[in-house]
Amino acid sequence: MSGDGLSVALHSRRGIVLEAEFAVAPGELLALVGPSGSGKTTVLRTIAGLHRPQIGLIRCNGEAWLDTAGGLYLPPQKRRVGMVFQDYALFPHLTALDNLILAMDGGDRAQRIRRARQLLNLVRLEGLEQRLPSALSGGQQQRVAVARALARDPRALLLDEPFSAVDMMTRERLQRELALLRQGIDIPVLLVTHDLQEATALADRICVLHDGKSLQTGTPEALFRRPESPRVARLLGRQNVFSGVVTRAHGGECLQWGGLTLELAQASGLPDGARVNWYIPDSDIVLHRRGRPSRGERENPVRGTVDECVVMGAQTSVVLRCHHTGDALRLSVSTHAARRNGLTPGVDATVSLLGKGLHVMAPREHARDPVAKGGFS
Amino acid sequence: MDWTAFRLSLELATWTTLILLPLGVLAGRWLAHHRFRGRGFVEAAVALPLVLPPTVLGYYLLVSFSPDMPLGGLWFSLTGQGLNFSFPGIVLASIIFNLPFAIQPVQRAFETVPLHLREAAWCSGLSGWRTFVRVELPLVWPGVISAFVLTFVHTIGEFGVVLMVGGAIEGETKTVAIAIYDRVQAFDDEAAGAMSLLLLLASFVAIGLVYGLAGKGRSVGVR
Repeated sequence: MSGDGLSVALHSRRGIVLEAEFAVAPGELLALVGPSGSGKTTVLRTIAGLHRPQIGLIRCNGEAWLDTAGGLYLPPQKRRVGMVFQDYALFPHLTALDNLILAMDGGDRAQRIRRARQLLNLVRLEGLEQRLPSALSGGQQQRVAVARALARDPRALLLDEPFSAVDMMTRERLQRELALLRQGIDIPVLLVTHDLQEATALADRICVLHDGKSLQTGTPEALFRRPESPRVARLLGRQNVFSGVVTRAHGGECLQWGGLTLELAQASGLPDGARVNWYIPDSDIVLHRRGRPSRGERENPVRGTVDECVVMGAQTSVVLRCHHTGDALRLSVSTHAARRNGLTPGVDATVSLLGKGLHVMAPREHARDPVAKGGFS
Repeated sequence: MDWTAFRLSLELATWTTLILLPLGVLAGRWLAHHRFRGRGFVEAAVALPLVLPPTVLGYYLLVSFSPDMPLGGLWFSLTGQGLNFSFPGIVLASIIFNLPFAIQPVQRAFETVPLHLREAAWCSGLSGWRTFVRVELPLVWPGVISAFVLTFVHTIGEFGVVLMVGGAIEGETKTVAIAIYDRVQAFDDEAAGAMSLLLLLASFVAIGLVYGLAGKGRSVGVR
């Protein structure tokens, strides 16, 4: 385990099931993403010391916070975490300033007041120091909660759905402020959210949780383009997951999808005949223009009938039933392009599945070679 | 006007409140925070003095205070005195019949303090004790004041239990409530009326204080 930043390994099989492993570097923001009940808040509470798992190891900057094998459990007071609760949990009888001062240790009162004022300025609450939480708006309360979490000079910042209790306008502003605030702090930041857009916008990396298990951790780009399993793809709201067989053709690796042979830009390194799931992001499905050649037209052409065509503002969501396989491909095209190409239910259309977007998911029994071998087909 | 009885009642109420209030805060907090089997049973036992006829409670206390019984025997072996018809006896009886007044308001107050607030305090580095003093106690303060005032006033006004356990010994167990009864029996309407009026006024002020504080607690708004 690295001595720098926060590393978490939980393996509880009794009580609340937790099978989560990840590390967060100093200054990095990792988003824990999953549906409600996926255990993301429990993971956060475990790190803060508010939940005691059956088996686990948590280290922060080389210091063990939890080591069930060694019988070590530090209470929350000794962990130096800054925690922002979903409902903020501000002390209702104390002013904004006193909420911060109570969370500080060390230094005389004058120093604490000065530091608390600095922090309130940092979250743009100057002038509201003497307000009680009940006299602050939701967004202002959230800022006090963030400032209070930082008041303890924490080793890690933990945010539990910090934007869920405010309206959308405030949420966007607070998200921008958090992104700005992050630039000034060099501790690991952990954000729990069920909002994928929020995670994508704010996080350096995302950890996908389901039923208490961490399924995949990676950059948003990597997750959305290369989900490790159909389950991860589904949790990320990706729908174009199909099954196929790895084959060799034209001297390279290909993917047999029903009656179609798809060319891969990058070989999976899996043996011939391996049954796999594969995925393509809808950004790599290109609609062929009627009567005119389009970009990548010769690449993996797939013909089908439009099943569904739903206009959603500037974008139109299209479901294409493939003639060769009967599978439903989902793609998003600009409404303008959909109109120009006369896309309506019942009409035939052709799309190209760009080889660079095709992602073959390794079956469980094959650990995938991290370095892709083999050439282009 | 029987000033000895008044002084005795004040002493009784002070001792009862001093002993019972910390117990009430601990028990109220415990009942508010813990879910366990038999919790309803414990709560019912706490509430029992509210519904039990004072003579029934007094009778059982009288019996258990006897030196032949474990409680009375223990007290006798510690002090060499009996509990019945003594000042310590009516203090103990007051503590028992005031349990609901001391515990219930505190328990209700602790129930309004969300667990998140305590967790936030722990995550802010506050020890369990500092969390209690700096976060919980200020929030449950109206409940504690209610418990204090109700216990105090109720002790001064209690008649049946004190009479059963203490009798009416001048300067030892004859409280003002008993003194009023005593004066009425002796056709001394003037003294009975004066003492009754004083108790009425004191009770009204006390209850007014409780409602005033409870209202203040509501306006602060515990989230």
